[in-house]
Amino acid sequence: MAENFVRSQMLPPEAPPASQSGALSWVRENLFSGPLNTILTLLGLLSLYWLVSSSLPWWLNSVWHASSLGECRTIVAASAGEGATGACWAVIRERWHQFLFGFYPQDSYWRPVLALGLLFAALAPVLFAGQKRNLAIILGCVAVFLLITLPLGGAGLVAGLLVAVLLAALLALSQSRPQGLLWFTAIYPGLCFWLLWGGPIWTPIAALAGFVVLWVVFRLLSPRIGVPVAAGVGFVAAVLWWLFAMGPVVGTLAGLLPMGLPKVNSDQFGGFLLAITIGVTAISCSLPIGILLALGRQSDMIIVKALSVAFIEFIRGVPLITLLFTASLLLQYFLPPGTNFDIILRVIILVTLFASAYIAEVIRGGLAALPRGQYEAADALGLDYWQAQRLIILPQALKISIPGIVSSFIGLFKDTTLVAFVGLMDPLKGVTQIVRADINWKGIYWEPYIFVGAIFFVICFSMSRYSMYLERKLKTDHR
Amino acid sequence: MALATDVPKESFRLSMLIYDSRYRAVTIQVVVLLCFGLFVAWLLNNVVQNLAARGKVFDYGFLWARAGYDINQQLIPYTNDSNHFRALLVGLLNTLVVAFFGCIFATILGIFVGVLRLSKNWLVSRLMTVYVEMFRNVPLLLWILLSYVIFSEAMPEPKAFRVTDEMVAAGQEPAASMLFFDSVAITNRGTSIPAPLFSRGLGSVDLGFVSLNLTFLATTVVLGLSIWANRRLRASARATQEATGIRPVIWWKSLLILLAPIVLLFIAMGFHLDYPALKGFNFQGGLQVAHSFTALLIALTLYTAAFIAEIVRAGIQAISRGQSEAAFALGLRPGRTMSLVILPQALRVIIPPLISQYLNLTKNTSLGIAVSYLDLRGTLGGITLNQTGRELECMLLMMVIYLIISLCISAVMNFYNKTVQLKAR
Repeated sequence: MAENFVRSQMLPPEAPPASQSGALSWVRENLFSGPLNTILTLLGLLSLYWLVSSSLPWWLNSVWHASSLGECRTIVAASAGEGATGACWAVIRERWHQFLFGFYPQDSYWRPVLALGLLFAALAPVLFAGQKRNLAIILGCVAVFLLITLPLGGAGLVAGLLVAVLLAALLALSQSRPQGLLWFTAIYPGLCFWLLWGGPIWTPIAALAGFVVLWVVFRLLSPRIGVPVAAGVGFVAAVLWWLFAMGPVVGTLAGLLPMGLPKVNSDQFGGFLLAITIGVTAISCSLPIGILLALGRQSDMIIVKALSVAFIEFIRGVPLITLLFTASLLLQYFLPPGTNFDIILRVIILVTLFASAYIAEVIRGGLAALPRGQYEAADALGLDYWQAQRLIILPQALKISIPGIVSSFIGLFKDTTLVAFVGLMDPLKGVTQIVRADINWKGIYWEPYIFVGAIFFVICFSMSRYSMYLERKLKTDHR
Repeated sequence: MALATDVPKESFRLSMLIYDSRYRAVTIQVVVLLCFGLFVAWLLNNVVQNLAARGKVFDYGFLWARAGYDINQQLIPYTNDSNHFRALLVGLLNTLVVAFFGCIFATILGIFVGVLRLSKNWLVSRLMTVYVEMFRNVPLLLWILLSYVIFSEAMPEPKAFRVTDEMVAAGQEPAASMLFFDSVAITNRGTSIPAPLFSRGLGSVDLGFVSLNLTFLATTVVLGLSIWANRRLRASARATQEATGIRPVIWWKSLLILLAPIVLLFIAMGFHLDYPALKGFNFQGGLQVAHSFTALLIALTLYTAAFIAEIVRAGIQAISRGQSEAAFALGLRPGRTMSLVILPQALRVIIPPLISQYLNLTKNTSLGIAVSYLDLRGTLGGITLNQTGRELECMLLMMVIYLIISLCISAVMNFYNKTVQLKAR
């Protein structure tokens, strides 16, 4: 009788065949899986080779120390032989401050730098609400950044000490009451304006006091005449304060206590300072306006809806350039005779309106994507319109529209370069043109454009990465 | 027994305008309308006052005055003796021609890149990602300026193309040579390409202020007829297929219908190409394309194609995997799966954002001002405005024209969108 053989223990699994694992198989599967793929890979390699072989010597022969393009070329020819190409980064080394700050006074560079650092401190409680660790990390980074850059930018001892105290206070606040940081965010616009443009410190304080007036009037009157009317009266009171009371008050206070920074005119702004000023202001103002316009467009009230639609479609139908020219040429027709205000402010207003129309459309998409049941549930709970929007509708709609909103912001930031056409010195056309008009640097083009493009890329790319992070963080459905 | 009683009739109080939801909407709308009316009245009043203060009147009569400036690229006859309205038309056509070619090239490149970005080929998909991210995150203005500068400063001068007798004797090559079998010359002054010419053209008919080019008209009509006949042929083939189950072979018929009439027409009209050649200090003959046009077109195409690639990628990814698996299960090859199953469905997702990219491209043509391309913005909103000093009239007219272009594009594309969307039953 034949003996049956039964294995008593399992054999270990065989290793996969050599052709199915390792680098070779990866290459075969991902690069040479078929004739078409092989051709594509070869084409890709060919273009990569062409790109690298034509630009690598240019990068390797970079010259950092020279005073003109001609000198750069002589150095390259001397070191790498006749006919060699080389980048001339000396132009960036010599003119980097114009690319970043325009004609802002050199001894005051610490002011925009400080404003930028504090911008992140002001954004932190909004971007990372309530996350103590992230807040501390950001504030720490801001502190280190300012520690390095403020002395380089020529800040005095007093300013340095004040900043140190401020940052220490913010750090303490972020660990004890993270919500309290929002107060800093609220006063940041005034602070930033004062740092950038200078003048007596009383101007931003008096401007912010307008909001205090609004709040006080609202709180005093709302128990007696109701919320909507009190809000209206408060708004009127604040406008009256800004129009009539603010000037004399600032004048008196500045006479009594002359504290302030040297004034900087708008035409000295330029480079990335200008782009970031316009971009950040327009971004932060366009979001609330965009939300209101989107709600207006979704509204049942026919007149409100018609006005919103007309505004949005008009703005979206014309190029930004025409709106910028409106700011520089036409606003003088539409405002009372003799009114003339700052060109940067005019541009910011028009860019804000432009961006808000696009954001309104993005948010409308989010509102439309919400299931009808959400609106009905909010009504069933007895919430009024604003409560329903604030608590139920907008949080969900905004979450859906985050990618669209951020890409609008990126578009807006890129569009700030168009202010060059109304005579402002944007980093791309304005400053580069000035540099290229210099007799020493005539004929240079790759280097300034690569420098400016790289900075734009870093800013826009990090914005889009942040939006992806936010999308992942807020994702609550399971798919 | 309890009786249902009517709600006691309230008398109307003024506060109900705010607190009663029945009246509140009306109140708010009336207030909004009032504020808006006041705002508009205030603006108009300011405009009237400002115009009076400057001694100007709101009048479009200047459009019929002599323009007095030259435009380097003109699709319709124009001299500096023509009026401002004619200059406006030339500029408008320049805007439209860049937008038209830009949309076509950007769509082709964008679809190509979008599909390749999803390719399983690691190298190619990475290269395409780099391209898309690079162009999406850097301002369009940079690409326009950079490509213009490269064209006008890095390209050889016309004299570099010259071949002298000594050079032939010494066996030397000229410093620069023409591309594509000696038909295209790129110099630092402009690009010369072969010009299509008709030795027996049909001439043109003058219709008052526009002249109708009969050659162009005949070509359009013949092409339109061919396309219409081809559609009839395909429809009859489909009918045969549905009736008998066998699709007749028609590709050579449809090729014949599409190509033969237009080729015959061109031969009849004596079609030939006029090649540019170096004469004197510059290239003569052929079609001179200004660098401002080329640079603007290239930059717009590359920039918009990056956005379109993302749209195409998102559209393809939105189609569930089950669709392609089902197609493979039916035995369709990958190419057929893409063209018959995936793309028709992805098209529905792709088209709405594609419309807004076309609109963006059209509006971005106004950046041509950076390289002195004389489009609508350059003629009406640039030189005409500066010469006549009529900011209000010029800007308003320009905005209206841009608005009309945008509305037309979105109307056409929305119509197309309706034809591809799912018909809800």
